[in-house]
Amino acid sequence: MDIKSMKNYLYWLYCQFELITCSYLMEPWEKLLFYTFNITMLVTVLYTAYVFVPVHVSTAFQFFLHLLGNQHESTVSVVK
Amino acid sequence: NPIVHNGGLYKRPFNEAFEETPMLVAVLTYVGYGVLTLFGYLRDFMRQWKIEKCQNATEREEQKDFVPLYQDFENFYNRNLYMRIRDSWNRPICSVPGAKVDMMERVSHDYNWTFTYTGRVIKDIINMGSYNYLGFAQKAGTCQEAAAKVLSQYGAGVCSTRQEMGNLDKHEELEKLVARFLGVESAMAYGMGFATNSMNIPALVGKGCLILSDELNHASLVLGARLSGATIRIFKHNNMQSLEKLLKDAIVHGQPRTRRPWKKILILVEGIYSMEGSIVRLPEVIALKKKYKSYLYLDEAHSIGALGPSGRGVVEYFGLSPEDVDVMMGTFTKSFGAAGGYIGGKKELIDYLRTYSHSAVYATSLSPPVVEQIITSMKCIMGEDGTTVGKARVQQLAENTRYFRRRLKEMGFIIYGNEDSPVVPLMLYMPAKIGAFGREMLKRNIGVVVVGFPATPIIESRARFCLSAAHTKEMLDTALKEINEVGDLLQLKYSRHRLVPLLDRPFDETTYEETED
Repeated sequence: MDIKSMKNYLYWLYCQFELITCSYLMEPWEKLLFYTFNITMLVTVLYTAYVFVPVHVSTAFQFFLHLLGNQHESTVSVVK
Repeated sequence: NPIVHNGGLYKRPFNEAFEETPMLVAVLTYVGYGVLTLFGYLRDFMRQWKIEKCQNATEREEQKDFVPLYQDFENFYNRNLYMRIRDSWNRPICSVPGAKVDMMERVSHDYNWTFTYTGRVIKDIINMGSYNYLGFAQKAGTCQEAAAKVLSQYGAGVCSTRQEMGNLDKHEELEKLVARFLGVESAMAYGMGFATNSMNIPALVGKGCLILSDELNHASLVLGARLSGATIRIFKHNNMQSLEKLLKDAIVHGQPRTRRPWKKILILVEGIYSMEGSIVRLPEVIALKKKYKSYLYLDEAHSIGALGPSGRGVVEYFGLSPEDVDVMMGTFTKSFGAAGGYIGGKKELIDYLRTYSHSAVYATSLSPPVVEQIITSMKCIMGEDGTTVGKARVQQLAENTRYFRRRLKEMGFIIYGNEDSPVVPLMLYMPAKIGAFGREMLKRNIGVVVVGFPATPIIESRARFCLSAAHTKEMLDTALKEINEVGDLLQLKYSRHRLVPLLDRPFDETTYEETED
């Protein structure tokens, strides 16, 4: 029963997507074109995120750590 | 100042609300239109390069080098957006448009470019789209019997104009009755409601006169104003501050170049605006008219028979005197179940119009059975046929209106307009929902009218319900249940219960405001 209501909910979400982007009104080949374009863009964005985001996040983390680490040492020496 | 402190002018609360479009909904509507526009350009490109067969009207090969006929936005919209959802309009009905109607089923195999009839007739569709406010669109009853009798006496055709041989005794009887119904000195009836406006305004005003017309006036009023040759100035919809400013400017500055005073200033308003469901602020308009000595033309197409305790229209609804309105115009199409229009006013005015109106001189007069339908239904409303059927219908309409509007607001839809107007616009906003709403309601056996771009602003598309005294509570409950279901399916319940307080009035106890976070 949970699976069925989940499936109904997902189908309802898909209907809302169709209504908002007006793909409800499109002919089948237009829908194919539109969905292909959208899914291609989405896949590209996700792949780029998968490849590049960890590298960027760790670089940024190291940069900020370095910055804060230096500051912390210098303040400690002044107080002492 | 009697105009600002409206507590003195209004004898009853004036509850009108136009909820603001939610920001997310507006953005998503533009997204939808953007996607459709891109696909429209793609399809136009394919049609141009003959990749796809061109099924719409184009110029001939020899005319391709001339000024293009179909390149403007209206035609682009027509080809690429309207054609996709065209099956919600021009639906052929095959019975009397009462509370329930029969419709011929049709399918399209090439995405609405052509339709074929399956031969099946969908029966007993609840009719929420016909202008049948008092339920006089009937095929049996006193009106129908009287009209049939007159048909066998006079025939159907008149074969002449009013001024030649088309002036029947039935027309005289009708005009005396209409004058008595409205409480004016004299009235004149015409064959077509649209022609009443467009052909009589040029007879009343001309060059050197000023017309102050509401923003959302009907096409017939706009056409009549333009044909007359007078200067037209537009004031914001139902906004009395805007109207007063225009009147002041007109009196102070006069005509544009010569600074002479205007020959006449005519204010054009409607009783009920059918796209918004709003009612004109008549007490304030009359106060302004008297203060600045101008004339008032009131188009009661939708409000005659539908408002007021005895159905005499918006003048009775506000408790005002019909002598304050200079020209009272209305139509017989909506509440009387017939066709045609009338103009009522002082005797001198109507006698002038009998001679100088284009419609009186050139248009065929009303057909006798139609005249008899109007006479019988008007007598029924006034109670002169000896029964209380008319009064019961007027009260039933008022009850239906209040009930329907309250239930829709409680469900969470955005409804425009005044609490007492029988025209109920329900906002849809997104283009795909226009088509989806029409189709889903028809699947559930309810016929609605959906309205989109040229008739409304581009993001404010709506479904317009017209209530009728012929709708029983069970029919309304069925309709409301289905609307609720479709509203959940298409997610149309946008209302955040935050009604914008009417901006052009100070807040007092007659303003209806509710904020709920």
